[in-house]
Amino acid sequence: MAHVSDLIGTDIEQYLKAHENKSLLRFITCGSVDDGKSTLIGRLLYDSKMLFEDQLAAVESDSRKYGTQGEAIDFALLVDGLAAEREQGITIDVAYRFFSTDRRKFIVADTPGHEQYTRNMVTGASTADAAILMVDARKGILTQTRRHSYLVKLLGIRHVVVAINKMDLVDYSEQVFARIVDDYREFAARIGIEDVSFIPLSAFRGDNITAPSEAMPWYHGSTLMDYLETVEVDDSRLQHTAFRLPVQWVNRPNLDFRGFAGTIAGGTVSPGQRIRVQPSGRESTVARIVTHGGDLARAVAGQSVTLTLADEIDISRGDMISTVDAPAEVADQFETTIVWMHDEPLLPGRPYLLKIGTRTVTATITDIKYQVNVNTLEHIAAKKLELNAIGVCNLGLDRPIAFDAYRDNRDTGGFTLIDRLSNNTVGAGLLHFALRRAHNIHLQHVDVDKAARSTLKHQKSCVLWFTGLSGAGKSSIANLVEKKLHALGHHTYLLDGDNVRHGLNKDLGFTDADRVENIRRVGEVARLMVDCGLIVLTAFISPFKSERRMARALVDEDEFIEVFVDTPLEVAESRDPKGLYKKARRGELKNFTGIDSPYEAPEAPELRLDASRLSLEAAADAVIATLRLRGIIAD
Amino acid sequence: MTLTHLQRLEAESIHILREVVAEADKPVMLYSIGKDSAVMLHLAMKAFYPAVPPFPLLHVDTRWKFQDMYRFRDRMVRETGMELLVHTNPEGVDKDINPFTHGSAIHTDVMKTEGLKQALDKYGFDAAFGGARRDEEKSRAKERVFSFRSAQHRWDPKNQRPELWKLYNARKHKGESIRVFPLSNWTELDIWQYIHLENIPIVPLYYAAERPVVERDGTLIMVDDERMPLKPGEVPMKKKVRFRTLGCYPLTGAIESGADTLPAIIQEMLLARSSERQGRMIDHDSAASMEKKKQEGYF
Repeated sequence: MAHVSDLIGTDIEQYLKAHENKSLLRFITCGSVDDGKSTLIGRLLYDSKMLFEDQLAAVESDSRKYGTQGEAIDFALLVDGLAAEREQGITIDVAYRFFSTDRRKFIVADTPGHEQYTRNMVTGASTADAAILMVDARKGILTQTRRHSYLVKLLGIRHVVVAINKMDLVDYSEQVFARIVDDYREFAARIGIEDVSFIPLSAFRGDNITAPSEAMPWYHGSTLMDYLETVEVDDSRLQHTAFRLPVQWVNRPNLDFRGFAGTIAGGTVSPGQRIRVQPSGRESTVARIVTHGGDLARAVAGQSVTLTLADEIDISRGDMISTVDAPAEVADQFETTIVWMHDEPLLPGRPYLLKIGTRTVTATITDIKYQVNVNTLEHIAAKKLELNAIGVCNLGLDRPIAFDAYRDNRDTGGFTLIDRLSNNTVGAGLLHFALRRAHNIHLQHVDVDKAARSTLKHQKSCVLWFTGLSGAGKSSIANLVEKKLHALGHHTYLLDGDNVRHGLNKDLGFTDADRVENIRRVGEVARLMVDCGLIVLTAFISPFKSERRMARALVDEDEFIEVFVDTPLEVAESRDPKGLYKKARRGELKNFTGIDSPYEAPEAPELRLDASRLSLEAAADAVIATLRLRGIIAD
Repeated sequence: MTLTHLQRLEAESIHILREVVAEADKPVMLYSIGKDSAVMLHLAMKAFYPAVPPFPLLHVDTRWKFQDMYRFRDRMVRETGMELLVHTNPEGVDKDINPFTHGSAIHTDVMKTEGLKQALDKYGFDAAFGGARRDEEKSRAKERVFSFRSAQHRWDPKNQRPELWKLYNARKHKGESIRVFPLSNWTELDIWQYIHLENIPIVPLYYAAERPVVERDGTLIMVDDERMPLKPGEVPMKKKVRFRTLGCYPLTGAIESGADTLPAIIQEMLLARSSERQGRMIDHDSAASMEKKKQEGYF
């Protein structure tokens, strides 16, 4: 093992003492399949003697079976984990490796170099203090080198070392090394990478990994291991920033103790310090820093602690405790960069769950300003973000949160997005700054409110949301319902799909992204009309559950009545009142619901109408009966 | 003040433990009595202090643990004040599944994998802490800290949720569950150093002592009690031995050792020539066997 220090054999107590004070560095290695990344990690493990004999024996036998290095040990096999990968000779996910020297423990995030690259590299980079960028000396700076550099910069890794590998294949040439260094410096300056080092090496032969290479006497810099043992750890920097504690859990074992547990995301804290709870703004003083081993006089960024306060104030999970001198910002609208991580694309207008620190809120992307081409760094227009796409987006939340810009603090400025139906983590993002309109727009209080308006009309306002396939009968039923309500003296308005698309939404097409925006606008208009006191009827295919859920969330719980006009596709297609199905079948109409675009049927609509069996009249009466039952209109 | 590697690891583990308690409906800690469980339990005591950790311990008992382990388990439960649930697969008991007649593969599958699934379903736990570490074995190196399981307890290595920063996604549908590994980023050496530094109690079997053993296929098997059938001609001999890892006793080999203090154990480990899981027979069953077992629901 690595710990070849003679102390192990002679004075183990002394050795253990020395090792108690090791620090921990997390780093990421970036490079493509052929750059020798896995070989480098295997080599680091091997050279730091982290391999046991049985592991070495397994690798030697694997090398003969799957290896690509002839008789020599294929170090890459040490790091390629899953059985499938061993067979295919590729890496498919982020893997973490561990080794340690007498000075540091290391955690390496190893990410693969092919298609899922952006997603995996961003994941690995999110916790890294430093990055090793692999460059093949024969090829120099390539498109992928620029892409890796951009991602490293984006994720805020402050220390970058460019490992110029395979020097043995260019005769250990100083000129080759110098040319690559010049090329890269120029590029690094352009994208704003400040701290960058260069090391010429051969992972395969072990040059400049742990010992200076005899083959490159012209190089006087540090070896890769020296670099890794001395580069600054991010936690140390964070201790000098403002105090932040995202409250993770409220500890209430009995009535006499109320502690706020969390991991300090920035700065330091001591008893007596004044703090502000955000977003509420309440202030207090730190009473104690409680730990199992006794109270602390001081705690720093990176530690998991429990604080008690001098005053009894209401604090719950998701709140942020900050110093009063430099509190976090509070806002609900942001400019962000989002990295999309799922096969199903990000659509503006669709609500996602956003997790930041210990808080989970609902977020909607209000605008994709542009997508970044990670290879050329060009900005391109985009209406949605596909898997591995990176976009600069405006984002709105359903309530304000305390935050810092990501470049100042990753833990209070980095977030993930979660799909509300599948519960998958679908994206990751960085908060850059609060949008000004979040500061300036406040809701105007009005005296005549919804209740006042609807009482005057002798009704309760609501949305009757008709959903179903094209040709299902939504518009016909809604139209008849409105006629009947009108005859009963009620105030109504019918928002019809086709009509709205001639005006308000005439700029929208039929892609998934446009469909989401179409429904978002209709939902907002319906909300205004509910506020006017009207009974609003909407007749839209509205094929996606997420958007119907969004429309529902815009109004109060008892104000949304989802009416599923459940007509089988064959029936709707045989009616085909506008000839659209025929067109779609001929391929002249793209993204047609039921044909080449999905319809997600409601699981629990307030009312389901089997329109293939009910007459129009009976269907409309069923809707009216529902309104009576729910007290929207009088019996 | 730069935090040491153990301080950073400790903080990360505590963060993970609290995150699960804050987000899961009904968490449980799998307690296997070994050194990793000892560290995990110690971290839980720290994470929720002064409260007692707000979840029970679950021991999936194969009935083939060393007597010392049962005694140690009951002592820790008394000392921590935590609730202990013990589950043994009743079908395994009916068929008297044991490692001597059925071999390690069937014994492990029925008593551990099936037993664990039964217990999780029986109590309706939606999150279970396990003491596995990424450095133990290759397929573990890719597993997430919050490892998602289907309602059938299956792990899909190709469909894992990305984990960024300190953000873990604990959301799931009814019936689905997560396994959570707070010690993911610890190595064997970290575990021992931490036990030493924090004076964490561990099962005495880790320390060398004179114990009765027989040698089978090059492995020293301890004769723990009358449950161990001796083969004709086998006579237990007294040797100074200890265990690097504790599984079911006939499946876990002892090593000859004079290491009877923690520093001596660490010293022996650092000078050792083979990795810790080699003492366990489960890994030898087939290539990539752990990955396969995990997909089937083994922890």
